Amino acid sequence: MAITKLHDIHTRRRSRNVGLGLALAAFVVLLIGLTVVKVTVLDPSIATQETQY
Amino acid sequence: MTDATIILDDKHEAEFGDYFALLKPRVMSLVVFTAFAGLIVAPGGIHPFLGFFAILCIAIGGGASGALNMWYDSDIDMVMKRTKSRPIPAGKVTREEALGLGLTLSAFSVVMLYLATNWVAAALLAFTIFFYAVVYTMWLKRATPQNIVIGGASGAFPPMIGWAAVTGDITLSSVLMFMLVFMWTPPHFWSLALFMNADYDKAKVPMLTVTHGKRATRNHILVYTVLLAGFAAAMFATPLAGWSYLVVAVVMNALFLRGAVVLWRRDEVVAEADGYKAERAFFKLSLAYTFLHFMALMADKVLFSFGIGGPF
Repeated sequence: MAITKLHDIHTRRRSRNVGLGLALAAFVVLLIGLTVVKVTVLDPSIATQETQY
Repeated sequence: MTDATIILDDKHEAEFGDYFALLKPRVMSLVVFTAFAGLIVAPGGIHPFLGFFAILCIAIGGGASGALNMWYDSDIDMVMKRTKSRPIPAGKVTREEALGLGLTLSAFSVVMLYLATNWVAAALLAFTIFFYAVVYTMWLKRATPQNIVIGGASGAFPPMIGWAAVTGDITLSSVLMFMLVFMWTPPHFWSLALFMNADYDKAKVPMLTVTHGKRATRNHILVYTVLLAGFAAAMFATPLAGWSYLVVAVVMNALFLRGAVVLWRRDEVVAEADGYKAERAFFKLSLAYTFLHFMALMADKVLFSFGIGGPF
């Protein structure tokens, strides 16, 4: 059965859930960005060395 | 326990902002600013995204140490007026939650900084967190009136970390940036303690004003301000200082020394009569002192890059 009456606790939990969701989304974006930058900025000689393994 | 009791049991149901408050956002702003300055003035360059990422990691690491501080010091925070609205004493977040958040973010920030930059920067960040959470919070703060002096080191590391994120090393320039914040911390906090004495007293924190009195505190402020001016001048021995730094260093150190002498010459009768006016002014000046010194170093770096001026 669906909860039809909102309690204050729901508002506070929503703030937490949204905040955590946004933080995780930001983390994913940052990791993708870090990976892209590391791959493109990496010294070409090191990149060549690493691909030999 | 029924479903209804679970829903209505709203103890410790903190909002996202309460967890964010554990990271001491105001302290974090100083950390971000000085780390950014260290990163900008460092020789060579860093990809803007990596620079941003490094600053973010340093900020999160600083915030994590703030959460660990709030976990350990919740008993003190409950007593002091300035801190009793913090998330733990206010009953919004449990101590265990603060500890978990602090430890998780500490590990996260150090590992991510290592992956984004280098091990020197990551090791410095790890040491900073350890120093603030263990050496300062768990040991010195309750043990010695010199707590502010040695504990201030943790607040002085961010420019060194920013520098190391770019260069991967520790040099005289980065050590002098460390010293600038390190020597600035005692006069900054002791001037605050002069007009917040009752609070530290109540919390039984051995602040110098409580253990040795305000006369000794005024003497200490003067000594550290003189030493600080010496380290600010030593920056001219590095390739970082140019005309902007010269102007700021001369003006701000003259004002800061003058302020310290004014505090030294005053006694409690005079201070209480005017509501600690000079002490409050000195505290405000101390905020501008660090800000302007690091701004000047960054301005010189920009000017040098345009071929304007050069190191002395």
